[in-house]
Amino acid sequence: MAGKTMVEKILARGAGREEVSPGELINVKVDLALGNDITAPVAIKEFNRLGVKEVFDPDKIALVPDHFTPNRDLAAAEQAKVLREFSRYHRIKHYYEVGRMGVEHALLPEQGLIWPGQIVIGADSHSCTYGALGAFATGVGSTDLAAAMALGEAWFRVPSTLQFIYRGVLPPWVGGKDLILYTIGQIGVEGARYRAMELCGEAVEALSMDGRLTMTNMAIEAGGKCGYIQPDRVTEEYLDGRVEHPYQPVYSDPEALYEEVYAFDVSNLEPQVAFPHSPANSRPVGEASGIEIDQVVIGSCTNGRLEDLKVAAQILQGHEVHPRVRLIVIPATQLIYRQALEEGLLEIFVKAGAAVSTPTCGPCLGGHMGVLAAGEKALATTNRNFIGRMGHPESKVYLSGPAVAAASAVTGTITHPGEVV
Amino acid sequence: MTITGKVWILQDDVDTDLIIPARYLSSTKPEKLAAHCLEGICPRFPLEVAPGDLIVAGKNFGCGSSREHAPLAIKGAGISCVIARSFARIFYRNAINTGLPILECTAELSQLLTPGEELTVDLEQGLIEDRQGRRYQAMPFPPFMQQIINDGGLIEHVRKRLDLPAR
Repeated sequence: MAGKTMVEKILARGAGREEVSPGELINVKVDLALGNDITAPVAIKEFNRLGVKEVFDPDKIALVPDHFTPNRDLAAAEQAKVLREFSRYHRIKHYYEVGRMGVEHALLPEQGLIWPGQIVIGADSHSCTYGALGAFATGVGSTDLAAAMALGEAWFRVPSTLQFIYRGVLPPWVGGKDLILYTIGQIGVEGARYRAMELCGEAVEALSMDGRLTMTNMAIEAGGKCGYIQPDRVTEEYLDGRVEHPYQPVYSDPEALYEEVYAFDVSNLEPQVAFPHSPANSRPVGEASGIEIDQVVIGSCTNGRLEDLKVAAQILQGHEVHPRVRLIVIPATQLIYRQALEEGLLEIFVKAGAAVSTPTCGPCLGGHMGVLAAGEKALATTNRNFIGRMGHPESKVYLSGPAVAAASAVTGTITHPGEVV
Repeated sequence: MTITGKVWILQDDVDTDLIIPARYLSSTKPEKLAAHCLEGICPRFPLEVAPGDLIVAGKNFGCGSSREHAPLAIKGAGISCVIARSFARIFYRNAINTGLPILECTAELSQLLTPGEELTVDLEQGLIEDRQGRRYQAMPFPPFMQQIINDGGLIEHVRKRLDLPAR
């Protein structure tokens, strides 16, 4: 029997098979299905059209109203209401109301709903985030979610796997976001299309869980079906006291077959900035130096976790946001918000002149809470800088990690954090 | 089924934010979404697209967000088929699941064809023919996916599996 990757093993278990191989089409049992206020209303409509009376398991569905909430307008309010009423009717266990809610991909791991070996589908492309915990997790559409809510199953083509090895010790101010932007820059927005991305090597092992979640979050920006990191001590420490469900970590065999192996030495990696209009346009921050910006957003499912806010606060401490810049800080979940409050981070942001918001996806997708006008430029710790992503089609978005974002908010131009601290 | 329509040419990496910007996602109605479909890169599209038209695109069509509003907007615009060199995976499954006809064809059709020219497509055979009679073969779907397509999308496919009457 040839060696298998972590994903091949998890999918084989989900399909009730001894083993599966890349290219095979399989039906798997889903351990958790996720929807939000944009995708779930479509899924609920399709679920009702299906004519099934009950969901497959109300404990294995998570519905999170995070995109246009707190309701930005009447239409958004109606959509959130669809979610709320469906959740009540079907007694969905993991429904999170505004004020307890968070950006879904920060919230679910934090709440202990994700563990190694799990199969998770989410009607949101960044569902691939959960691979940082050694789960198989992937984004699907609303109709897939509807079928999964009814049957507890989903169909997949078993992906082949690309292995990415990161060697070396990361320099100061360089983190998970820089690693993943650099990677997407190397392989392009379809470099991992349909494939699983196994992320490993000592630079990844040295990352905290927050940094790892940032990396797997953006696997989709390279076209990946999923991104994952095999469970280790950092994973165990993160899960300890958080996950009650028993789990069995799954690892790739040493002789597993990879479609391709990429090895990067990242000892001298500079903080990265992705230029408009593609996450693959990543360059060292030095090449972006001096670009004037109107808005900075620190938050999202990519970089709205506590560690991200700590890095930003460390840089903003004792500084003021540049007069030309609007800095918007959005802790990704209510718990992160509370921790940031208790640790004094929010005070640093507010004193610096930032707008601090309750958790929401908001500006990341040009929904609300920081939409750009024509001609405006933003630097954001979010995940996409496509044309019109944050507002007007003639606005521009640059992507970076929280350190560059915070430093740039102070100077008003894209800046290496070392120049501010 | 054979369809004939005029083509709209798009290039590589057309993302779902371009197909339907997020600010319009408060609606799930195909006709409402269609009014803004592709307006960011092709303002003429929502105004001039006619029922039966086809989209011909380059690589990685539909990359980005998982929003099913993207195939819904394209369907709402009356597009009869999207032909691309390759599709991003979530868009690909969304199209199959929702019954939007798509074909993957490795020929560089977005370079070879002229905007507005007429194209004839045999969906079952995956055969594409332009006005000069040049023919291109699209990749066949695996039988499993072809079954979902034949059933009219994932919901009807599941209804059949569960032995529920068709709707």
